[in-house]
Amino acid sequence: MTTRHVDAVDHIPSRRDPADIGRAHDTGLVATGLYHAHQRLTVLDLDSFAIAPGDRHAVIGPNGAGKSTLLNLLAGSTRAQTGTITYQGQTITRRGAAWRARAGIGRTFQHPTVYPGLTVLDCVRMGGWHHRRNPDRVPLELLELVGLTGHADYPATTLSHGHRRMLDLAVALAGQPRVLLLDEPAAGLTDTDLTRLLDILGTLPGWMAVILVEHHMDVVAALADWITVLHHGRRHLDGPADHVRADPTVRTLHLDSAEAGHAARP
Amino acid sequence: MDTYLIPGLDGIAYGLLLAIAAAGLTLAFGAGGVLNLAHGTLIAAGGYVAATTSTGTWPSLAAAVTAATVVGAAGGGVLAAATARLRGRGHLDQALLTFGIALIGADLLTTVFGADIRRPRLPAALDTTLTIAGHPYPADRLAALTAAVIITTIGYAVLHRTRAGRLIRATVDDRHMVAGIGVNPRAVDTTVLVVSGALAGLAGALCTPILGVGPATAPTTLLLSLVIVVCGGLGSVPGAVVAAIGVGLVQTIGVITIPALAPYLLLSAMALLLLTRRRPLPGMPG
Amino acid sequence: MTARLPLPHRWDDLRRWVPWLLPLGAATTLAAASDGYWPATVARMLPLALLAVSVATVTGAAGLPTLGQVAPYAAGAYTTARLAMAGHTLAPVHLTAAALAGAFTAGLLGMLLVRHRGTVVLMLSLAVAELTTITATQWRTVSGGTDGLAGIPAPHLLPGTPPLTADRPVLLYATAVTVAATAATMLLLHRHHLLLTAVRGNETRAAASGHPVTTYLWLVHTGAGAIAGTAGALLIHTHRWITPADVGFDTAALALLAAVIGGTHSPPGAAVAAVLVLGVRDVAAADWPGHAPLLLGALFVAAVYLLPGGLTAALTRLRAEIRRVRATRRPEPLPAASRRTS
Repeated sequence: MTTRHVDAVDHIPSRRDPADIGRAHDTGLVATGLYHAHQRLTVLDLDSFAIAPGDRHAVIGPNGAGKSTLLNLLAGSTRAQTGTITYQGQTITRRGAAWRARAGIGRTFQHPTVYPGLTVLDCVRMGGWHHRRNPDRVPLELLELVGLTGHADYPATTLSHGHRRMLDLAVALAGQPRVLLLDEPAAGLTDTDLTRLLDILGTLPGWMAVILVEHHMDVVAALADWITVLHHGRRHLDGPADHVRADPTVRTLHLDSAEAGHAARP
Repeated sequence: MDTYLIPGLDGIAYGLLLAIAAAGLTLAFGAGGVLNLAHGTLIAAGGYVAATTSTGTWPSLAAAVTAATVVGAAGGGVLAAATARLRGRGHLDQALLTFGIALIGADLLTTVFGADIRRPRLPAALDTTLTIAGHPYPADRLAALTAAVIITTIGYAVLHRTRAGRLIRATVDDRHMVAGIGVNPRAVDTTVLVVSGALAGLAGALCTPILGVGPATAPTTLLLSLVIVVCGGLGSVPGAVVAAIGVGLVQTIGVITIPALAPYLLLSAMALLLLTRRRPLPGMPG
Repeated sequence: MTARLPLPHRWDDLRRWVPWLLPLGAATTLAAASDGYWPATVARMLPLALLAVSVATVTGAAGLPTLGQVAPYAAGAYTTARLAMAGHTLAPVHLTAAALAGAFTAGLLGMLLVRHRGTVVLMLSLAVAELTTITATQWRTVSGGTDGLAGIPAPHLLPGTPPLTADRPVLLYATAVTVAATAATMLLLHRHHLLLTAVRGNETRAAASGHPVTTYLWLVHTGAGAIAGTAGALLIHTHRWITPADVGFDTAALALLAAVIGGTHSPPGAAVAAVLVLGVRDVAAADWPGHAPLLLGALFVAAVYLLPGGLTAALTRLRAEIRRVRATRRPEPLPAASRRTS
């Protein structure tokens, strides 16, 4: 399989089955013609990206490949300069992050921040905004899922980094998203936390679509059924998970970033 | 046509001088992280010092402008010292502190200099009217305009052509990053406020021939500087200059022709620009 | 594990406000009991106290420091004045109309202000304060120009009751309105305490969870505008005259100062602080006339330096300090539950 020179203007086509893309158009999240530049530097240039309910889609690539930008554009926290984003057939390009979250697109953050001044339980309560009249059942169950039950009544700011990631995940899940965007959930986690993360990701319901941006290949291997590789903002390769993981060019790209990831770990 | 010529000239000169002052405000906010609500007071202080020091001779004029600049710089130093202790407490507390200092300063200025509008005594050569291309221009306005143009050009050259200027622009864009290249943030904060104060004092001095200086100078120039900073933004000195000239013209011609609407014009422009703006203002979180 | 966890911290924010009832009650009782000077003087301070409550609400609960609440204040005041001068003198009508006018004004201005944060809001609100005076001066048909309006008829509490002109009834009425409005503010803010704290603390995460942050802030701003409008009505009811200077920058600065001194997260603290500041100013005005800005500025500087978080935070720190001192005196170790912060 030849690797196309990444500076070519033509987009490397996605290998997704047209039937799957059609399904995504009706029931999932589809982005077309996404182009995002920052002061004349192309950050992202993706002709299409589609995810349907139940998909487990990983986006990998070296640092600066545009992965977080893609996530931010899909989540609505970054305004799309060009292109269209549709969700369940409805165009949502101009909609902000809050609207998309209420529509069912949830996310975690690369640098998990908590709500200062709130307890851990209150943070999760805030995540399920539309469950205001619900009892505490859902937040407490989520805390148990992420292993923070003992911390429920403590200020959220007292949590360690790994626990903050878990809390961020619980907060995202509290919104009962239909599409979950995970931004490097494994970064900086200890092995224990990593195991717990993999367990949690394994329990996610089958109807939930998950887009995972990640450097940690173990997490990608455990979760993803489809991988897109980004490089310099463009699609370098995509395909079924084991296919992409076996590709030698991806190994080279990824070896660099994996080393960088290990170096960055405390 | 002639009725608008002098106010028009006034407007451009006033605008450019405000641009100089507004540059100081942006500098203080972007690079120093302080919203300096005492900025207008520093401008007024410069104006008062200049108006009382200039006695009609050229040396006294030079002394007046220098004294105003020094007083402004000293004021900036006081503000730097005062806000230094509040570094960790956030923008609001610092802004409120400068607000309190502005109130104190306003009272002190009125106590020392009285409540009348002061104008400087200029050398006889500047007290005349020149005729250029058949139109009369007051020489003092021309002098102020010339000074403003020279200072603005020098400022632009420094900012965009020298290494120091690039450093200043970088600091305004991202204060914390600059610390990463070995620049002491506290030294930056102090320097920035002192320079900002000097610019304010200088601008205040040069404005006195045009509009005089009085109790209303401090709040008016503060507000106008804020409008210029918001409308022009930084990163584009031309943008700030255009906004400043617009503001100056509204304040001079607008006040004559549409006095009732003039204040709303400026503030509506500012509101409109803020509503449609995509990029956040420098130094402020989006 | 589905048991409901205990929530001891829930009522903390309300409990913090209880200490303010004491000086408030004392001040009112003293004023009502004495003769001559005091009832009228204290009554005239209450409109600013309620305005300070409004400013504290926006600055504290919404996290938007503002000098712009004088706009709804002016709207409420001039609505009341015009209604009274047109022959409609029922106090409840004034209060309702003023609150609506204030809410409407704050709602309009809020559409610009709540899109921004921090010191940009302070800047914009400064412009709003200036514009309020300018509008009041220029809109002569409503405001009477720079001379203002005087001899505004006194309000009636109910149809058929005598007008509120005597000092003591006016004081009691103004106190009742101020306390009621402040209590309503406190209750509403408490009910949404969790939401507002979260939104202030981490807006991005809140938005990513679906919360319409700007809408929440707009609602707080508009509600605070209703309070400010009510304060404007009280201004007319206690003074019965008004000039554009009453609704300008100086008033805005006073209200912000009171909010800062009282603690921006404590509306009743702001009210009490307003009365304190005005008291100090009146005393100073007698001894050093014409230097009110100096005093105000000095108070601002002192408040920012010496009272981070205002008097409320200082009191909380004091209580925590007392508790700590008491705890170190105890011989036995503390139970594990005390590890949790209150």
